[in-house]
Amino acid sequence: MESGCSKKLLDLIPQEKKWGFIENQNGISHGSSEEKKLELKLGPPGEEDEPLVSFGYFSSMKSNAKQAHNKFPPAQEDHRGGAVLTASWAKNHHHQPKPPNCSQKRTAPGPVVGWPPIRSFRKNLATTSKLASESPTSLPHKVAIERKPAAPETRGKGLFVKINMDGVPIGRKVDLKSYDSYEKLSTAVDELFRGLLAAQRDPSADGPKQEEEKVITGVLDGNGEYTLVYEDNEGDRMLVGDVPWHMFVSTVKRLRVLKSSELSVINLGSSKKGKMVQN
Amino acid sequence: MAEQMSDDDERQQSPPSDLDFTSNKARTCIVTGSVSGHTEFQSLYPDQVLENVLENVLHFLTSRRDRNSASLVCKSWYRVEALTRSELFIGNCYAVSPARATARFTRVRALHLKGRPRFADFNLMPPDWGAHFNPWVLAFAKACPWLEKVYLKRMSVTDDDLATLAESFLGFKELVLVCCDGFGTSGLAIFVSKCRQLKVLDLIESEVSDDETDWISCFPEGESHLESLIFDCVECPINFEALERLVARSPSLKKLRLNRYVSIGQLYRLMVQAPQLTHLGTGSFSPSEVAGQGDQEPDYVTAFAACKSLVCLSGFREIIPDYLPAIYPICANLTSLNFSYANITAEQLKPIISNCHKLQVFWVLDSICDEGLQAVAATCKELRELRVFPVDAREDSDGPVSEVGFQAISEGCRKLQSILYFCQRMTNAAVIAMSRNCPDLVVFRLCIMGRHRPDHVTGEPMDDGFGAIVMNCKKLTRLAVSGLLTDKAFDYIGRYGKLVRTLSVAFAGDSDMALKYVLEGCPQLQKLEIRDSPFGDAALCSGLHHYYNMRFLWMSSCRLTHQGCQQIARAMPRLVVEVIRSADEEEVYDRVQTLYMYRSLEGPRNDAPKFVTIL
Repeated sequence: MESGCSKKLLDLIPQEKKWGFIENQNGISHGSSEEKKLELKLGPPGEEDEPLVSFGYFSSMKSNAKQAHNKFPPAQEDHRGGAVLTASWAKNHHHQPKPPNCSQKRTAPGPVVGWPPIRSFRKNLATTSKLASESPTSLPHKVAIERKPAAPETRGKGLFVKINMDGVPIGRKVDLKSYDSYEKLSTAVDELFRGLLAAQRDPSADGPKQEEEKVITGVLDGNGEYTLVYEDNEGDRMLVGDVPWHMFVSTVKRLRVLKSSELSVINLGSSKKGKMVQN
Repeated sequence: MAEQMSDDDERQQSPPSDLDFTSNKARTCIVTGSVSGHTEFQSLYPDQVLENVLENVLHFLTSRRDRNSASLVCKSWYRVEALTRSELFIGNCYAVSPARATARFTRVRALHLKGRPRFADFNLMPPDWGAHFNPWVLAFAKACPWLEKVYLKRMSVTDDDLATLAESFLGFKELVLVCCDGFGTSGLAIFVSKCRQLKVLDLIESEVSDDETDWISCFPEGESHLESLIFDCVECPINFEALERLVARSPSLKKLRLNRYVSIGQLYRLMVQAPQLTHLGTGSFSPSEVAGQGDQEPDYVTAFAACKSLVCLSGFREIIPDYLPAIYPICANLTSLNFSYANITAEQLKPIISNCHKLQVFWVLDSICDEGLQAVAATCKELRELRVFPVDAREDSDGPVSEVGFQAISEGCRKLQSILYFCQRMTNAAVIAMSRNCPDLVVFRLCIMGRHRPDHVTGEPMDDGFGAIVMNCKKLTRLAVSGLLTDKAFDYIGRYGKLVRTLSVAFAGDSDMALKYVLEGCPQLQKLEIRDSPFGDAALCSGLHHYYNMRFLWMSSCRLTHQGCQQIARAMPRLVVEVIRSADEEEVYDRVQTLYMYRSLEGPRNDAPKFVTIL
């Protein structure tokens, strides 16, 4: 069977083609001595130091690991002897250039998760720093520098977005999936921040609350001391409450509870002017 | 109740000797027979003296390995060692519980905790896996109020945790967060406002969310004790005027690393206030707006020249290379230079590097090409650590650096101890050359970015190169392999890598034999992380004799099955065997996507998310 196969292979493969490395197309240069090493031999593989390189590769394109694996282990066993460990390294010592497919995944064309192992903050250097070094006159304005967008996290089935309130240093997170209406969200805001706000006003009150906590109301209708706004997926600031709830949930990236008196100062989403109801 | 050991990596697990305890008890029993307490006191006194002497002596013992050994001598030594340990290092936060740690070590001043495994940095694990600082801060707040220093790596820290930290420890001095997440500028604001004794706040490669809080303004007024402020990873604008005032009132400030929202003009103002700096991260190193023609540019050269103590320079986040000459005055003093965000060419590098004769640590982008590396090799004879990062981190991009630069470094920098090198092509010959030229190598991490890529000249696997490294570099403790590798490479590692403690494997090996070689051959192996390699249950079983000596084993996208992992879990009760799915994957395929297992005194953790199954 095997020799029958190899005759067919010989017919198919032109002499000068570097068939042993077809799957590695990335700039590997080979000298002509390379081809000598890759000469086809007619013996069955695995019994010599230099078996047929691509035999396993061509004998079945879907060569599963077991088949290829069985062909090669004898060669490994030879190598376990002491001979390999003398100092004659690269030159004399011919490995079988195994088809990498042997027992491993094929080199997939697409990118792989987490490879190369570079942390994400090092990854965008090709674009950002290139801009800086190539064009000294068109400098990235600090104002326009893209901040890392505050993306909502999905923990399990929740949708957590950050929420900050004016006057309270610590931000919190709310799970929007646990509410189904703006009213419930508004209540949640009150629950989250009432205590913190009171603590801010009277920092010495760390025991039982001495000053009664003010309920936070009116965040949606503009009547209260505070108003709820959000940042959407386009980075625009919008008043909360103008779009259907499910639409809001799908576009919201983060929330803020602002003092209503500050609203006119803040630059709300300019493309949606109709929604900027100032109070 | 049998005493439990603290779970540091260098330890063998063995019970403490009970002999001394028994003899003390015997002595006490004899004495209590007598009437006067005075006699009892006398017979206890020699033991007390011994303990006092011991306590005084053990205070000098700083190495945790030595301390671990000392604590094994007898119960008395165990007790005294626990009382005198001031710095507690826990390499895996799940190996021991906060309660156990605080019960044993009551006088700890510094806590060093590590959480997630390293591969989590590369998105190989869904977020919210764990490693929460919260239970630790709560336990220590109750038990060790004298805690002054916390060092966390790969842990999740919330704003509330930061608040607790600041409120619970009155003399808190140092916070170092490396690769952490879960908190934002609002947490920082609370923290700095309440920590009046703060000396060190180092945020390194951490993800800090932008809560739009001006945390810099929250440092208390009056003279500050700040010695180190590192926030180059914080990706949001800061209040520069507040920072300037802070620097002006921090006479002890030695280390300052700015984020990219600080322009070079602002950098100048800070440097003028703080010429005593030893470590400087320059921020963006570009102007904040287009400078008008008539505007006077500050004299950056003089500012740098005034910093006579500056030895460590980093930053350059959005560098305009025209400004580079400003650093000439200090090049000759530099021992550490981090250009790993600076996309500069060889020509731009050369004038700088040719003056850096004392340089020991150099981080750089591959934009400098082989030519730049040759320039480094020509001058930096004292180089100990080199890291070359890719500008374009894709598998099939053009590689500006290759074995040429690599070999040049090996020839020029003979004292090299640590190398991390990303490239697209490499040869065995160059790696072998490095193994011979740099025998002091302790850390060798070569990342050939194309998977399964062989020696690009000979077409052979990279086995011989890595083999030479383990054979010739006798001090090697950390190894990361890449390129086309057969089981042979692992045979070499098992045979010669006798000191290897950390091994990283990706897309390598042919069969279970490879893993077997390593597990059977490397007695010092502590941390083994493997991805996308054809190792199965049989290989996993070959390490049973060693897993209790390891901190962890990570295997993702290999050939493990649930049964195989279950077997391990059954055989080794003190091992926590976690099977991690990707977050959206539903239960039970037979093949295990990710195995993460680690020794622990606590058994399965109770904070595991849904995508983790503990066997």
